[in-house]
Amino acid sequence: MGNKYLLYLAKAHLDFRRAELESLADLYNLKVDLSNLSEDSPFVIVEIENDDLAAKWISRSILCRGVYEYWGETTEDWGQLHESVKQNSRSKWEKYAKTSFKFDFIGYQGSRNQKSQVEVIEQFSYLPFTGPIRMKKPDVVFTVIEQFIENTETSTRKFFGREVGLSEREKGVLDKFDLRKRRYVGTTSFEAELSLVTVNVAQTNVGKIMYDPFVGTGSFLVTGAHFGALTIGSDIDMKPLMGKKKNTIQANFKQYGTSLNFLDTCTMDFTHNAFRKDFIIDTICCDPPYGVREGLKVLGTSRPEHFVGKENIEIDGIKAFLRKDYVPTKKAYSLGNMLDDLLDFAAKRLPIDGRLVFWMPVANDEDYTTSIPHHEKLELKYNCVQKFNKWSRRMLCYVKRDDGYEGQTIRAGEVIKNEFRNRYFSGFNEASLD
Amino acid sequence: MKFLTTNFVRCPISKCDNSLKAFPLQYKNCELIQEELEFNPEFLANILDRLNWEAIIAVAGDLGNDSLPPTKPENVDPKDPENEQLLKDLHTLLIETQITEGEMHCGECGHIYYIKSSIPNFLLPPHLV
Repeated sequence: MGNKYLLYLAKAHLDFRRAELESLADLYNLKVDLSNLSEDSPFVIVEIENDDLAAKWISRSILCRGVYEYWGETTEDWGQLHESVKQNSRSKWEKYAKTSFKFDFIGYQGSRNQKSQVEVIEQFSYLPFTGPIRMKKPDVVFTVIEQFIENTETSTRKFFGREVGLSEREKGVLDKFDLRKRRYVGTTSFEAELSLVTVNVAQTNVGKIMYDPFVGTGSFLVTGAHFGALTIGSDIDMKPLMGKKKNTIQANFKQYGTSLNFLDTCTMDFTHNAFRKDFIIDTICCDPPYGVREGLKVLGTSRPEHFVGKENIEIDGIKAFLRKDYVPTKKAYSLGNMLDDLLDFAAKRLPIDGRLVFWMPVANDEDYTTSIPHHEKLELKYNCVQKFNKWSRRMLCYVKRDDGYEGQTIRAGEVIKNEFRNRYFSGFNEASLD
Repeated sequence: MKFLTTNFVRCPISKCDNSLKAFPLQYKNCELIQEELEFNPEFLANILDRLNWEAIIAVAGDLGNDSLPPTKPENVDPKDPENEQLLKDLHTLLIETQITEGEMHCGECGHIYYIKSSIPNFLLPPHLV
């Protein structure tokens, strides 16, 4: 039987909460029942063995703010909160009788002014704490968390607890990775918050290799590296890899102090992959090109007849295609085929339990369920949605299963062409032109 | 391109898939730089597990370094001071040595890939895809 803890969640990307919290729990081998987790509430009470496990679990989270040892709660007045605290936490009081401490206040959708905070603190005088009050670095922080009716000073739910651990979010990671402060970004750079969530769901970790086959300016590499992974990327387009003068992907790693976690980026069509077959890629994170800002391309030509015999052309006695300045042809490709290739690649290259996490766009008026690809050796673990006005993007997480797993293969190439691009540019007002 | 990456890439042409000569690639006409990076013994000890040592020796030879131990150091404890010199040497070679310009030749099919501005390029012409 574990100890009771309160999680305080951020009001952001509600559909991604479960995916992130479960993935981090699984990463740290923590068994925790999250069945009470709901999109409607920023609070969830869980049972965990001890403080250390609870703090470790939440430390990496982006969508949770902090974890608190549960001492009491009420949906009524302060008197009821104190009754609850006396009932639930009396046995814990003695442990903190002499330690230094302070009180902290957190308000969801509102806040309590300082004068009123002092009045509330005075009500807790029944707690037998004789240690010194320290505002800076106290040994223990006791926290009052309240949920306010929006734009009022009335709180409808009150919790009291002992702070056990704060998350990366509370330590300022969103600000650190803010694209506006990043040295090198491009039009396809992925926003900080969800790129951090992506690598959490993908369970990137210290000592693991993470690969982004559509790396662009390296948004997922820097967040993966932040959590200790050794990161490598490739892109069929050399331009974003080159950067602009001193603004490069390497410069971003330097900015974040994780240069050691950057392996390289290669100019490569991932469907003609140069990684040796026994190079273990622990996790794959990517945002494949939808064809909105950049065309979807692979190597080859749509007019093979045009290139017959061209491999024999020589310039200055050297085969043209072997020269340093040779630029290979590319051909248009469909998003569906690309996703199928991605799943095939992941199924072949990931270790058992390794994860593939990628993003795909869907128009809101279409039935997305038919366009999600499946592979018989990959279990679709999470399917989270971020909605915009007329379209959405979905974060799909697949887990590589062992030979005994018998999933179903559904090819996306048959259903997703490149209509998303057409619909995007026509404002989603009409059916696909294609 | 870090020296370390040479240990992970091979010729991507499908007819070279089963050839032992497509990995490692042969490195020719390379320009090298040393970029100073923080030394982290745990990081290196972890990387060691993932290395194909014969390929490390081969590529080091291409680049003019013949001083590596002939067999892969096993079970290297990063906390043991006796291993510090070994790990420092590996750090200098694998992490700090970078190829800024150069050629990668496939020993099987003879195709040449180039490293330009430190970025290896594995794109292929239409008749090879």
